[in-house]
Amino acid sequence: MTGSADVPGSHLDPAHGRHLLLQMLRVRRLEEKCVELYSAAKIRGFLHVYIGEEAVAAGVLESLAPEDAVVATYREHGHALLRGVPAGAILAEMYGFVEGCCIGRGGSMHLFDAATRFFGGNAIVAGGLPLAVGLALADKMAGRSRVTVCFFGEGAVAEGEFHESLNLAALWQLPVLFCCENNLYAMGTALGRSESQTDIALKAAAYEIAAWAVDGMDVLAVEETARRAVDAVRSGGGPHFLELRTYRFRAHSMFDPERYRDKAEVARWLERDPIVLLRAAMEAAGQLSAQDWEQLEADADAEVAAAVEFAEAGSPEPLEDLTRFVYSERGASPETGAGGGE
Amino acid sequence: MKSSYREALRAGIRDAMLRDERVFLMGEDVGAYGGSFAVSLGLLEEFGPERIRDTPLSESGFVGAGIGAALGGMRPIVEIMTVNFSLLALDQIVNNAASLLHMSGGQFNVPVVIRMTTGAGRQLGAQHSHSLEGWYAHIPGLRILAPATLADARGMLWTALEDPDPVLIFEHGSLYNVTGELDDDAGPVDIDTAAVRRPGNDVSLITYGGTLPTVLDAAGQLANEGIDAEVLDLRTLRPLDDAAILTSARRTHRAVVVDEGWRSGSISAEISARITEQAFYDLDAPVGRVCSAEVPIPYSKQLELAALPSVERILAAAREAVGARG
Repeated sequence: MTGSADVPGSHLDPAHGRHLLLQMLRVRRLEEKCVELYSAAKIRGFLHVYIGEEAVAAGVLESLAPEDAVVATYREHGHALLRGVPAGAILAEMYGFVEGCCIGRGGSMHLFDAATRFFGGNAIVAGGLPLAVGLALADKMAGRSRVTVCFFGEGAVAEGEFHESLNLAALWQLPVLFCCENNLYAMGTALGRSESQTDIALKAAAYEIAAWAVDGMDVLAVEETARRAVDAVRSGGGPHFLELRTYRFRAHSMFDPERYRDKAEVARWLERDPIVLLRAAMEAAGQLSAQDWEQLEADADAEVAAAVEFAEAGSPEPLEDLTRFVYSERGASPETGAGGGE
Repeated sequence: MKSSYREALRAGIRDAMLRDERVFLMGEDVGAYGGSFAVSLGLLEEFGPERIRDTPLSESGFVGAGIGAALGGMRPIVEIMTVNFSLLALDQIVNNAASLLHMSGGQFNVPVVIRMTTGAGRQLGAQHSHSLEGWYAHIPGLRILAPATLADARGMLWTALEDPDPVLIFEHGSLYNVTGELDDDAGPVDIDTAAVRRPGNDVSLITYGGTLPTVLDAAGQLANEGIDAEVLDLRTLRPLDDAAILTSARRTHRAVVVDEGWRSGSISAEISARITEQAFYDLDAPVGRVCSAEVPIPYSKQLELAALPSVERILAAAREAVGARG
């Protein structure tokens, strides 16, 4: 890094830069805590952490309005947090407690939140894409200028639902922003071993969808591109597509011995840690003091500590409620799909 | 008023479109083609391409889009050409439509209606003829309907659209051309209860959907033999109307389930089990079943007919049940 004018961050409003750093730090610290709590058997099931990929959610979600919708994958703690789901409700969900954002029915892979229009938490690869198309179809038919952002990994590109959804969205010119988080591995299968064409943005272009590949480790680049894309989608420009090139620093899940990639590769990517990059750029530009950084860390740590305290104080759902929420309870919001109303 | 089953379905869709602007119909060839079974013929002209929405051949994509649109506040009717094609959308139906309310802790209900053709009898071979509604009835979170009459074809749709949760409607292909009288003021009907289509005292013939006419035919012939059969039309396969099933079985003391699905692991097995679990001491005979032969439905006419529940097989099962009187 040098102090030259084209360094990321040098055009940056320092307060906004610190905000983005904090957003990424909040995710990082929450995920680190999740790993710890998993090892302590507080969290069970499958756990997939987002460490290394924080710039993607932080950059993309920054450009959304409250009435927009978000559809995500099973690696979605960070998306939920940055969308506005309280950290305590996220952790309590992973504890399986009623204080969780899905009262413990969903777990790590199925975080949902009507208040922030967060539609999961989808653990079927590519299964969220048709939902996003439908949410956008509803907005278009109702004449609302909302955007639906759909996150998925590059593994989803091999699924039929990816292709069906892109085609439908383009055919009907729906307000969807597709965000492919390309971290190079579908579990342990490298992109080159699963795709005949590894340029993912090209696949979107084949459906006549405007598509950009973005450095997913550079939160400023992600934010700027996402903002342009969201503006274009919102103003009636039809679906847009971002391929966000990123890397998962940790294992796929807590059961992954990482036989499929070597440590040197991971080490190379660790040098591009999105938090380290932005911090260094801001420090070089004189926009971040040691005290600023300490404050950001303290804020993120305090939020996580409070979340742990909240989750620890949670309570299990009573067994007599087992069969609730299979069908709607009569009299409970029969008028709209929850979260769908104006 | 004279109506066909197809026209009754169309009247139901039209009625729903007029009642609620959030309702729209989406599926393969529902618009310009007029519906692969002509159910939606003329609706494109009346309601336009936004609300009578042709889709590409993307079952998972457009069923999922229907689920998403329901989440977004619309009331979609998604048409799948046949139940066999719905297998391409199983991920969306089972992993999303049936599960979202539960996974989200009650936050996101899915008011989508998915219609599809089911059943055999038209020499369409193994990939257009199966009866998989019993499979779907296995899934918590779904409501499964099988309209067998004109009134139900006309009236189930609106009630299904008012349901806050996903509803699948199975239309048996052999019924589309059935014609009869439909009340001029026919309208929405309940989707909770089974209906006695023919009262009787000697044996309960329990069926649904496309086999109802066959069973009624058999019941008529049984009457000539002095066997007074009751015919119960389930109408809804999930949740089953246990009370109606048990009331009938307890009263006649004999039950035969007639189901075009295969016997193994089937809805007929479920019904038989429930009767046995809850009305065993009221029975004078083992519960009988008439199901399809356990083969993919063959093309050739004689083999296809041999595979399906027939009047003859129903008669034999009913006679056996009554003969077991001892």
